[in-house]
Amino acid sequence: MKKNLLISLKMTLVMIILCAVLYPLLIAGIGKATPGGGKGKTVSVNEKVVGYENIGQKFTDDKYFQGRPSAVDYNAAGSAGSNKGPSNPDYLQIVKDRIDTFLVHNPGVKKEEIPADLVTASGSGLDPHITSASAYIQVKRVAAIRNLSEEKVKVLVDQQIEKMILGPSVVNVLKLNIALDNLK
Amino acid sequence: MNGEILGTVLIFLFTLLLAYPLGKYIARVFKGERTFTNFMNPVERFFFRVCGINPNESMNWKQFLKAMLTINMLWLVYAMLLLIFQHKLPMNPDGNPGQTPDLAFNTAISFLVNCNLQHYSGESGLTYFTQLFVITFLQFVSAATGIALLVALFNGIKEKTTQNLGNFWNYFVKSITRILLPLSIIVAVILAFNGTPTSYAGKDTITTLQGDTVQVSRGPAAGMIAIKQLGTNGGGWFGVNSAHPLENPNYITNAVETISILLIPIALVFALGFYVNRKKLAKVIFAVMTILFVIFCAINIYYETKGNPAIDKLGIAQTTGSMEGKEVRLGAAATALWSVATTSTSNGSVNGMHDSLTPMSGGVVILDMMINALYGGVGVGLLNYFIFIIIAVFMSGLMVGRTPEFMGHKVEAREVKIAALITLLSAFLIKGFTALAAYMVAHHPEIGWAVKPGAWLNNPSYHGFSEMLYEYTSSNANNGSGFEGLGDNNIFWNVTTGIVLLIGRFLPIIAPIAIIGLLANKKFIPESPGTLRTDSYTFGVMTLAVIIIVTALSYLPALALGPLAEYFSLY
Repeated sequence: MKKNLLISLKMTLVMIILCAVLYPLLIAGIGKATPGGGKGKTVSVNEKVVGYENIGQKFTDDKYFQGRPSAVDYNAAGSAGSNKGPSNPDYLQIVKDRIDTFLVHNPGVKKEEIPADLVTASGSGLDPHITSASAYIQVKRVAAIRNLSEEKVKVLVDQQIEKMILGPSVVNVLKLNIALDNLK
Repeated sequence: MNGEILGTVLIFLFTLLLAYPLGKYIARVFKGERTFTNFMNPVERFFFRVCGINPNESMNWKQFLKAMLTINMLWLVYAMLLLIFQHKLPMNPDGNPGQTPDLAFNTAISFLVNCNLQHYSGESGLTYFTQLFVITFLQFVSAATGIALLVALFNGIKEKTTQNLGNFWNYFVKSITRILLPLSIIVAVILAFNGTPTSYAGKDTITTLQGDTVQVSRGPAAGMIAIKQLGTNGGGWFGVNSAHPLENPNYITNAVETISILLIPIALVFALGFYVNRKKLAKVIFAVMTILFVIFCAINIYYETKGNPAIDKLGIAQTTGSMEGKEVRLGAAATALWSVATTSTSNGSVNGMHDSLTPMSGGVVILDMMINALYGGVGVGLLNYFIFIIIAVFMSGLMVGRTPEFMGHKVEAREVKIAALITLLSAFLIKGFTALAAYMVAHHPEIGWAVKPGAWLNNPSYHGFSEMLYEYTSSNANNGSGFEGLGDNNIFWNVTTGIVLLIGRFLPIIAPIAIIGLLANKKFIPESPGTLRTDSYTFGVMTLAVIIIVTALSYLPALALGPLAEYFSLY
């Protein structure tokens, strides 16, 4: 017992140094060579940081493409999903309200055209993406408010789609909106 | 959508492709044969010298377990103290507070036992110091503990008659230096280059495009995420685990992380074959595990890509599947695959919220944790499966009227009793505690705990019951995922799950080691034509039947009250 305890103490110290000190330092060192230098990839407009490429942010204004509903209102210091079960009546009412709100802000859109990701909360509450369908369906509204032709905005969305062979094709909402602000 | 489903198939096939050679390599490492990682020899020798260990000293099953339990006890005290006093320690740029004693009790046990149930949220519940010195540290050593124990089992199977199960310290150190650390470095580097943070910088404050001020949590996450995936730990850096876009930035990292969940558990099955030189035995075990695994994956992928019928009724299009609690860049199919991978292997990381899974998928992941032996946690998965083998040997022995044997050793009353008790123990812990929690919700909703029982459940009715059932199933299986809507950071859940975690880890690993210790000590009986061969597919079918029957008898009523009832209310 005493022998085991002594070995255990020493072994613990050795492994702390290896796994909790050297290993993270090595990864941090390598991380300096990555895009963003290991601090996360930021996105800038006019040399001012406006966000992180991978962190979704809140867009409530109708002139911007909107991201997915977030259970934590896009609080990037406290990620969470809604954890609502599929049969929860309160939850289904919330989804119904989101559908109604969307229809009010997007006249001319039919209910059955609304993609599910626009009315369901993401897992992280920070989902930076929407599906391509969710971007296209907002084109009409955004174009009307900005006095741009729908065609022009649609082309912009086309350019922003990140195509994947196996995974879903997605649009980064922040990047799309920055590109939109740059449209003349 | 078809591309997404194809993606899940390719991810699984690629995992198998990597797991086979890895299994061969692992067997060579523990046999002490030459491998390309022999350059670690001097490092290991240095460790052994410093600690005063003779790596060739043989240990019988009791000595082996004593060494393992002593160091585990030490880690528990160490981890709990650090968590309580973390606010007084350095590397806390976000100014997070210390954990309450009950939360520290739960967290320390949870990571010690390779479970990683998290009743805190990573962004606010830990400091960088405890993330590395408690969490990352325990993720390495708890996984290595599991692998070391498994090698002891291998030795017991391999030798005809022996007391020697090998040296715990030798296997423990090599698990880290030869397997976990090198693989973690590879995975961490892939994550870092895809955007997962690695630096020690604290929270950032930014002004968004729309003009809101937002704080963004970061930290040296990539290294920790790598080992949490590879060591079937599962506890995430951020609150939402691998659903977080910094923890799992894109489809590629998601594929890498999914492979990392399954890689070592599957490789260890192959390693068994190479180590004890009975490849057929490993093949049969692999086949049984894979049959159930693939069926579970198919069910979950079907239901998650099909969408939630209650949302269909609201009249909108679910072309991308059930998206509540999921991330667009990963998609429903990849999240469904992950949900089965993580519950099969007692990993417990998530890339989407399990609480929002459709009822059948939710039921499958709970069932998967109840079995807890489809590949299973690193090392401990095969130990769990070994218990099923002993029961199957016993049952087949009864059926054909012969003394049951396993690998040339008579399996007698004592061994069967131990195996049976372990099987019953899980059912007792899960159902007993779930019943207690349900009782508190129903009859004492106003008790003044940090979260009152009346406020525990985030969803009403059947689904609320599933939240409690899930929590104890996950604790007992040392899985660590949750139906996270449950308000679990209060003394009731912290203490009760802590107890279930401890019992659910240590008894099920002590038992198989004791059984193999006892078996290996017996006289070796050479195989004869009358021997029931445990490395035949017939016996594989028998084991499969035992797994299904034992699990169904133990848990079907509980599942009927939760996910099955919810299923029939929706469809």
